[in-house]
Amino acid sequence: MTPFSLHRPDTVEQALAAFAGDAAWLAGGHTLIPAMKSRLRQVERLVDLSKLHALEGIEHMGDSLLVGAMARHVSVATSPVVKAAIPGLALLAGGIGDPQVRNKGTLGGSIANNDPAADYPAALLALNALVDTSRGTHAADDYFQGMFTTALEDGELITAVRFAVPLAFHYAKIRHPASRYALAGVAVARFADGHRVGVTGATSGALRWTQAEAALNSGGALPAVLVHDDLAADIHASAQYRAHLAGVMLKQALAAIGSAG
Amino acid sequence: MLTNLVLNGAPVTLDLPDETLLVDALRDHLGLTGTHIGCDTSQCGACNVLVDGMALKSCTLLLATLDGRQVTTIEGLGTAEHLHPMQAAFRAHHGLQCGFCTPGMVVAGIAIAETYGADVDVATVRHALEGNLCRCTGYQNIVTSIMAGAKAMMADAGTGV
Ligand SMILES: Cc1cc2nc3c(=O)[nH]c(=O)nc-3n(C[C@H](O)[C@H](O)[C@H](O)COP(=O)(O)OP(=O)(O)OC[C@H]3O[C@@H](n4cnc5c(N)ncnc54)[C@H](O)[C@@H]3O)c2cc1C
Ligand code: FES
Ligand code: FES
Repeated sequence: MTPFSLHRPDTVEQALAAFAGDAAWLAGGHTLIPAMKSRLRQVERLVDLSKLHALEGIEHMGDSLLVGAMARHVSVATSPVVKAAIPGLALLAGGIGDPQVRNKGTLGGSIANNDPAADYPAALLALNALVDTSRGTHAADDYFQGMFTTALEDGELITAVRFAVPLAFHYAKIRHPASRYALAGVAVARFADGHRVGVTGATSGALRWTQAEAALNSGGALPAVLVHDDLAADIHASAQYRAHLAGVMLKQALAAIGSAG
Repeated sequence: MLTNLVLNGAPVTLDLPDETLLVDALRDHLGLTGTHIGCDTSQCGACNVLVDGMALKSCTLLLATLDGRQVTTIEGLGTAEHLHPMQAAFRAHHGLQCGFCTPGMVVAGIAIAETYGADVDVATVRHALEGNLCRCTGYQNIVTSIMAGAKAMMADAGTGV
């Protein structure tokens, strides 16, 4: 890694004041540190969020489940509050990476990074989530903008995510056998006024599967495969295979929540 | 940045550059070479250590972010005369061949025992080892060792040893 200075604020105010120049936030570091080690990323200043315990909270508030940006995957996976409000979200968090990754990686880091194969983005889309930041609130639909791209501006700090509590929710993924990232992952949420479907892994960035939503909400035939002009293809899986897997994951997620499909 | 740790039970103070990784501090500055580096991508688990009892990949931790925490490496678990029960189980069940992955496996095994208890089943152990790669054993004996080690650890805990 190239040298940088590390700053360890105790409060959000101190953190925002410490972010200056060529800087980055450090959450769990399980994306950022490997990227810096391989020099895909270099910064002069890292502002460590690990002492901002106020951002670790998990609370059920009325119609929404609030999860702090610094909530680690293991905390979401084992939280009684999450298990009671949206059990499928606890399962999703428990399926990210491996135990050591889950002991360190955070919700905020995952959605700030917006890896096209990350798990949380599909859930935020399906659960109509709101992303609270130091500068305001983004609806998930506007927040995710394709591969590694989000609505965040430089220095904008995610503080929490508010998930709409659905009637039922499930996330099904086919894991890449080495990295555990999703080759294709589908999140389905059922609300009183219809279903929302989020897809990850299969395209260049997480997105809503509007065709599947329309079929579910109008009782039409479900799409067998994901039709999209920007399907992901790499050495791990072809576009055609990923489109097929998305269809299979959709069926699995629907079966898990007892929605007809 | 000055960093205070309780390392294998004893306080240490390190003054190293901010970008120092825990694994490099352990190996290059403290001579604790039992913690291994098997990859550059945070995937292999050879570098696992316990931080406040939790298994973490020391290649993906900045030393200075651990100020005030307790770090336990393979060197802090047992001695050649008195192996930790998880180490003894790896020896008894031939849970290693070349030994490169072993420190990380033993640390992961201890975390598995602490999380799931004495009666942890095969499927759980296999699932919980997803972040640990071994290129020799085919994992079977590692899984057997961890199951036996979990029983031994919990029996020791029960008798207050
Ligand atoms: C071996 C391995 C396997 C993995 N498998 C999976 C998997 O199966 N599924 C999956 O989804 N992910 C997986 N991951 C990624 C893991 O979930 C990461 O922890 C996560 O993507 C990033 O979270 P972090 O807290 O580590 O963030 P960091 O690495 O600290 O930060 C990532 C980025 O987010 C920015 N950032 C962090 N916090 C904030 C904030 N609060 N506000 C604004 N910006 C912020 C940082 O500046 C950086 O750019 C894996 C990682 C590893 C190493
Ligand atoms: S060296 Fe740390 S995970 Fe491979
Ligand atoms: S014993 Fe050789 S890598 Fe595991």
